[in-house]
Amino acid sequence: MNQTMRWSTFAAPSRFYRLAAALNPWLWGLAIVLAAAGLYVGFFVAPVDATQGNSYRIIFIHVPAAWISMVIYLAMAFWAAVGWMLNARMASMLARALAPTGAIFTFIALWTGSFWGKPTWGTWWVWDARLTSYLILLFLYLGFIALVSAIDDVVRGDKAAAVLALVGAVNIPIIYFSVRWWNTLHQGATISMTKAPSMAQTMLVAMLLMTFAFWAYAFAVVFTRAQALALERERDTDWVRSLAGKEA
Amino acid sequence: MLSAFSAVYARDLRLALRRRVEALLPVVFFIVAVSLFPLGVGPEPQTLRVIAAGVVWVCALLASMLSVSNLYALDHADGSLEQMLLSGHPTTVMVAAKAAAHWTITGAPLVLAAPVIGLLLDMSPQGLAVLVGTLLLGTPILSLLGGVGAALTLGLRSGGVLLILLILPLTIPALIFGAGAIGAVDSGISASGHFSLLGALLIVTSLTAPLATAVALRIALE
Repeated sequence: MNQTMRWSTFAAPSRFYRLAAALNPWLWGLAIVLAAAGLYVGFFVAPVDATQGNSYRIIFIHVPAAWISMVIYLAMAFWAAVGWMLNARMASMLARALAPTGAIFTFIALWTGSFWGKPTWGTWWVWDARLTSYLILLFLYLGFIALVSAIDDVVRGDKAAAVLALVGAVNIPIIYFSVRWWNTLHQGATISMTKAPSMAQTMLVAMLLMTFAFWAYAFAVVFTRAQALALERERDTDWVRSLAGKEA
Repeated sequence: MLSAFSAVYARDLRLALRRRVEALLPVVFFIVAVSLFPLGVGPEPQTLRVIAAGVVWVCALLASMLSVSNLYALDHADGSLEQMLLSGHPTTVMVAAKAAAHWTITGAPLVLAAPVIGLLLDMSPQGLAVLVGTLLLGTPILSLLGGVGAALTLGLRSGGVLLILLILPLTIPALIFGAGAIGAVDSGISASGHFSLLGALLIVTSLTAPLATAVALRIALE
């Protein structure tokens, strides 16, 4: 390929497919290596927390999952909007591919949070502002996935999903602040997150390793899903045919 | 512009008047749903008083969500929706008129029924007054947001349940401030902050929701 690269080069599904195919083995490898290293440091090297004991180690999964789930919603809304406004097919496919990964990370954040809450707070769930807003984020993801899968027409589905994602993205700050306010009004004594005075170096290393591992995994799985979507939607085009011919 | 608004608004009201029983169904649902709570929770007045504001607000929310799924479906089925979009008048005006009509038909009766329902749940007189005020500000928000969901799910299988899943998370701020105002008054704090925030929400929603609804309608009918 000796054509010049433009910002829109990978907007063509065929080129995106090849890029994703080239990157995916590296991303999967990176995800596995970083996760193995992060889990090793987090579970064997990092010291036991003075106040929380061993249960604090859940944060090595919980915090990266919580970070990534929020960023993925914004990325999803961004790509859905790009796909809608510029009529870029690949961007809409990317938005669709991001939704299940974002939902599963939100679920993981809630799930691990509740595992951490049981030994630390003595309860599986509190209607804390942060927990409640993550639950609502999960609902927003589920609504997006449900709407996309309910619309059979691909073009209409992409555009409707973009409207919903944008409305959701605009509402997220409003929802977050109203939930926080509701929480301070209703809960007399909010359980405060007991913060260690300073995080040990190894804890930070483990958390960063896990964060990068999750990012590599998210990229890999989203690329794989986007590849599948591209193949399905472009099944009548030459590049998919020649690809199928090559593999057959 | 104003004539287009009033024409669509008057048409929807006239249609509702001709199907009176159907138009009253959301209020009936509201009353029945609220009266299930004492049966489920128990008849103790002090328990009911604590949950009353939230129960009334949640049931009003569900009643408007259930009724809003028909907002565009019937017009879509008989083709009049397409004619409205082709008429050359701004779609946002049409959408705003539809939302206003929906509020007049279902939201206003909910506001009127709320004090009676509140009495059943042993609410205090000042709590009842605040309840009416918050519903007056809050139910138009529900009609406007519901319109977005109705347009997005137009003509889909299982559109009704899907609409509720899409829109309920977005109505959470209205629920929090609406039900919160009554809690504030009952614990002796002024509810003016809640009212201001509800008013702000209403303004923001009425500026943005018709735009989103118009866009979603165009997408659905392309």
